[in-house]
Amino acid sequence: MPAITYIEFDGTKYHVDVAVGSSVMEGALNNMIDGIVAECGGCCVCCTCHCIIDPDWAEIAGEANDEEQEVLEMLDVRTETSRLSCQVQVTDEMDGMVVRLPESQY
Amino acid sequence: MEVIDHVVIIGASHAAVQLMISLRQQGWLGGITVISDELHMPYQRPPLSKAYLDGSVEEGRLALRAPEMYEKLDAVFKLGHTVVAIDVATNQITLDTGEKIAYTKLALCTGARVRQLALPGAELGGVHYLRTMDDVKGIRQSAKNAKRAVIIGGGYIGLETAASLTKLGIKVTVLETESRLLKRVASEQVSEFYKRLHEEEGVEIRLGSKVVALQGDGQVRSVICDDDTYSDADMVIIGVGVIPNTELASEAGLVVENGIVVDEFAQTSHPDIVAAGDCTFHPNALLKRSLRLESVPNASEQAKAAAASLCGIKKAYSELPWFWSDQFDVKLQIVGISQGYTEAVVRGDTSRDRSFTVFYIKDQHIIAADCINRPKDFMMAKKLILQQSTIDVAALVDEGIDIKTLIN
Repeated sequence: MPAITYIEFDGTKYHVDVAVGSSVMEGALNNMIDGIVAECGGCCVCCTCHCIIDPDWAEIAGEANDEEQEVLEMLDVRTETSRLSCQVQVTDEMDGMVVRLPESQY
Repeated sequence: MEVIDHVVIIGASHAAVQLMISLRQQGWLGGITVISDELHMPYQRPPLSKAYLDGSVEEGRLALRAPEMYEKLDAVFKLGHTVVAIDVATNQITLDTGEKIAYTKLALCTGARVRQLALPGAELGGVHYLRTMDDVKGIRQSAKNAKRAVIIGGGYIGLETAASLTKLGIKVTVLETESRLLKRVASEQVSEFYKRLHEEEGVEIRLGSKVVALQGDGQVRSVICDDDTYSDADMVIIGVGVIPNTELASEAGLVVENGIVVDEFAQTSHPDIVAAGDCTFHPNALLKRSLRLESVPNASEQAKAAAASLCGIKKAYSELPWFWSDQFDVKLQIVGISQGYTEAVVRGDTSRDRSFTVFYIKDQHIIAADCINRPKDFMMAKKLILQQSTIDVAALVDEGIDIKTLIN
């Protein structure tokens, strides 16, 4: 299973195994990582699972689709590699990926 | 004798899962036991009428959390059991088997159940309600051989089910007693839109149609309305709302109104008992009133407050309610409660497009919005409602003006 590192805003790090085919959001929820709220459970409707992909991994994580882009546009704290973690499907290539979480999802 | 701290959670859906996670996050060291009358581990309910019903998501993907997470939480599940009584004098609950379980703290996440219709023929094969995974398994089974489905009730569940069954190639008729769809929860513009959407997709919508009986030969064959019209049906789904599960609470002497009464900390009228989710009647400081909500965000956020209370921490729950619904290629996002609005104004074109927003205005403030395929408007509507400033309606409905500029 690919191991993903989640870094909370306060610097707390979590190294967790996330199943291929699940989402970066699910990896956070299943490991009780608080920086992801995911109010809608992964339906791309709530925008409370924002994460910032480490720039070195941005290409592997891929680009946001149109629907996701529209939501991301509205964020006050959007960065170039911002994604909605529910829309990032985990692949074997993501082993070692680093993901940072914003201070707040609201 | 040493008393071992033990939280018992009744119910195992969205509120219960968040509650047990938050308990551990807030430092609860005692035992956690979860009791559910269903046999499944916690699963996501929103996809039941949508992606799970139309087959685009399978059962394995519905799990609310991975099984290993519950092991990490050290939570004990007792599945397939009904709690028959709460004894607040001795801090014990009784299961249907007669087994008694002692608790130091109790959490009621009992949710809601479907409202049933006492119709002649309701016991026929092919007649379903929709609330649980097993309900939907039954619906999927019936759908395999069905050509025509009748849905009783033109609310969100009924309409989502209509869309999902249409995707499966079934000819669907929706029967609604009111003069328009979604009458209880949406403006006329939104009701009209959903009627158009469903008709464009081939669903037959019949308004003002009160069902009086279902007929068949063991298996449902037709649905009869009070105007003597009847519709052929190989399957029927009844979606006429839910009733909060409050009986255990009221029998235990807790205060119950339209739901189990709790304060902003999810505390019931008994100091050892909290409640969260669809079953609660709770105050909301933003809305300045108490209400009961049927929504996942409400269940999760209120559960956090409930867990905090059990750990002796005061964490007030007061969020702006929001909801969503997926039907065909339309994603509806609702924010706020539109009840009591004096004006509904539209950004976009409701008559032609599948993308617009209806803003609900009261005293020159936005109190709610229904956003049809408009995630951007949804995000902005949330902010506009919360900032509570007087709104420039002309600018709000002018698509030439970036909605972002209306934020203070």
